[in-house]
Amino acid sequence: MTEVSVAKEDAVTADELVVLSGVNKHFGPLHVLQDIDLTIGRGEVVVVIGPSGSGKSTLCRTINRLEGVDSGSITIDGDPLPAEGRALARLRADVGMVFQSFNLFAHKTVLENVVLGQVKVRKADRKRAEEKARALLDRVGVGAQADKYPAQLSGGQQQRVAIARALAMDPKVMLFDEPTSALDPEMINEVLEVMQQLAQEGMTMVVVTHEMGFARSAANRVVFMADGRIVEQAEPEQFFSNPRSERARDFLSKILHH
Amino acid sequence: MFDFLEGYDVLGAFWTTVQLTVLSAVGALVWGTLLAAMRVSPVPLMRGFANVYVNIVRNIPLTIIVLFASLGLADIFGATMGASDFKIQGFRLAVLGLVGYTSAFVCEAIRSGINTVPMGQAEAARAIGLNFSQTLRLIVLPQAFRAVIGPLANVLIALTKNTTVASAIGVAEAATLMKTMMENEAQTLAIGAVFALGFVVLTLPVGLLLGWAGKRLAVKR
Repeated sequence: MTEVSVAKEDAVTADELVVLSGVNKHFGPLHVLQDIDLTIGRGEVVVVIGPSGSGKSTLCRTINRLEGVDSGSITIDGDPLPAEGRALARLRADVGMVFQSFNLFAHKTVLENVVLGQVKVRKADRKRAEEKARALLDRVGVGAQADKYPAQLSGGQQQRVAIARALAMDPKVMLFDEPTSALDPEMINEVLEVMQQLAQEGMTMVVVTHEMGFARSAANRVVFMADGRIVEQAEPEQFFSNPRSERARDFLSKILHH
Repeated sequence: MFDFLEGYDVLGAFWTTVQLTVLSAVGALVWGTLLAAMRVSPVPLMRGFANVYVNIVRNIPLTIIVLFASLGLADIFGATMGASDFKIQGFRLAVLGLVGYTSAFVCEAIRSGINTVPMGQAEAARAIGLNFSQTLRLIVLPQAFRAVIGPLANVLIALTKNTTVASAIGVAEAATLMKTMMENEAQTLAIGAVFALGFVVLTLPVGLLLGWAGKRLAVKR
């Protein structure tokens, strides 16, 4: 455990990778993101928590512009997010995303799911892409399932394939949008272990989750959101043991009892 | 018993029907897919065009469309379709009319297929950096097609029978020959039965085959 935290501190530098400033977004009359300022350093693991409807998933999805924003700016590695088009597609390739509902391409095998982006977006040689895909699938522990279709896999396996698919693009940052919320309890850990490992290896991660154990052990920083605002951000130990805001105390009291 | 068939090229007429069907089917599939792509595209002008096209074309009787192709396009605007004689020109105009008409139905079938593909599939495709056309070609359309093989089989069967409308502009397909034979021979009922059977022989296997393929190729979720 101590080893991990030492490695984490090394990884975090002053280098800013993702910067959101003054971001606002509405869904109709609902002001879902309100003046969000958030900076994520290279190698940092940021866990976003908060009650449902607080805007944390939307926040995650704005970082690769699956959701557009009404105002404010988002930059990744110094470049502002482009509008729709080729430039945006290129940028998205650098931002890995893992969804709550896995979203593996249902008509393609597991291997093809991991190969596709490399070949079609990165223009990688097919053979090399397959080698890399198999290595990644082995790394997340589903190498034996490479030739099956997503529907033949368990939820936990599918989510690990989805992580491999995102990693195949060599992303600068990985976004996890409630990656374990659709999983049966016994499959949550196999996914969290892969994410823990990624965090230890220095991957920059933004994780929207309800897994407080993961937040405690893997996060450099916890961001607490409520009603479209960032209410509080702190190191996990401090946040969980001594939350400053009333809203966070209330939230934690409801979830940490059991 | 079948001596009334003597002297008539029934097989040849059906061969023309098959040619009309196959060429129109290929054309309608391509143009209909493009229309469906336009209907879901982010460009408002394309969406608008495809929407208007589908809603106008599918509500006009095929006979009028085919007649317009012949009387309007060919006779007034002089579109000869690169044909050297009237027979070939009529055939090509009939294919053009059938493609234009059938593609509206193909478009709507494919669009309903696109609606069966969960949003997450396209989101995941965009998230790994695929652009709009790659997302459509590689992820959404392959799944959409598999979902609508059944409805597309219906469109294809309807198209096969619709080729008889080409007789309105004198294309020598099955219905044209049937009319001629009925005028010249006494056994009108038998002639009708022969041609009806001919169409069933053409369409029944198509329906059965595509029904089987639709089940086999269905995307498991």
